[in-house]
Amino acid sequence: MADPMKIRAAMAGDKVEVKVLMSHEMETGQRKDSKGATIPAWFIQNVTATWNGKTVLSAEWGPAVAKNPFLSFKFAGGKPGDKVTVTWTDNKGDKRTDEATIT
Amino acid sequence: MNTGRRTILQRSGGLAVMGLAVSAGLFKPGSAWAQGSWNKAAFETKSVNDTVKALGGAAAATESKDIVITSPDIAENGAVVPFTITSKIPKTESIALLVEKNPNTLAATFNIPEGTEPGVQTRVKMGQTSNVIALVKADGKFYYVGKEVKVTLGGCGG
Repeated sequence: MADPMKIRAAMAGDKVEVKVLMSHEMETGQRKDSKGATIPAWFIQNVTATWNGKTVLSAEWGPAVAKNPFLSFKFAGGKPGDKVTVTWTDNKGDKRTDEATIT
Repeated sequence: MNTGRRTILQRSGGLAVMGLAVSAGLFKPGSAWAQGSWNKAAFETKSVNDTVKALGGAAAATESKDIVITSPDIAENGAVVPFTITSKIPKTESIALLVEKNPNTLAATFNIPEGTEPGVQTRVKMGQTSNVIALVKADGKFYYVGKEVKVTLGGCGG
């Protein structure tokens, strides 16, 4: 099981600014190990962020996204105390969901 | 096509589980592995025009000054290059980040629902100095802006 994400959701004016730091290898499938064998690709494919059951951002990623991916965005409507949930799924079917409270 | 894929399959023959996982992921679109609507075709394109097509754009994208890419002009480490993409185009539906000279052009796409600011910040890998293109879909049309980012140390391959 993958390590938890670090999620911060804070009011920035009238918007909520969400910052997510995920823990993932994001292996490209281009690299070779010391024996010359290609290391299979292993990366996050889908990311979804929801607030009050509404999707506020969804993303599709390729292996070019950097290791331990960082994502930041802003949405309107949230208020302190609300929860923001982020879920990712990788190409091996592994999944991770974490949530944060808006401050 | 990507000949590396065949190599992966052959070499992982001993690792049966891994071989199955890889083949399921790469060769069976629509299977459980491809769920969550991951646009496999778009992520396999090798050129900017092909990517636009794979993302559903009929005509070539229009250049727009209303999209802003913020990134370092020179990235010392291609493994982690930070990007902020902001679109001022009304009705922005999605934002894609393309690195022209990476093995696969498309790096990431973001869908922007109503109420979310059309701007995202993320970090990607760059294999070498390349044009980086932000592609925005707004009201069904595609717009782009490009920027060259120099890379001192590549972040792809080993």
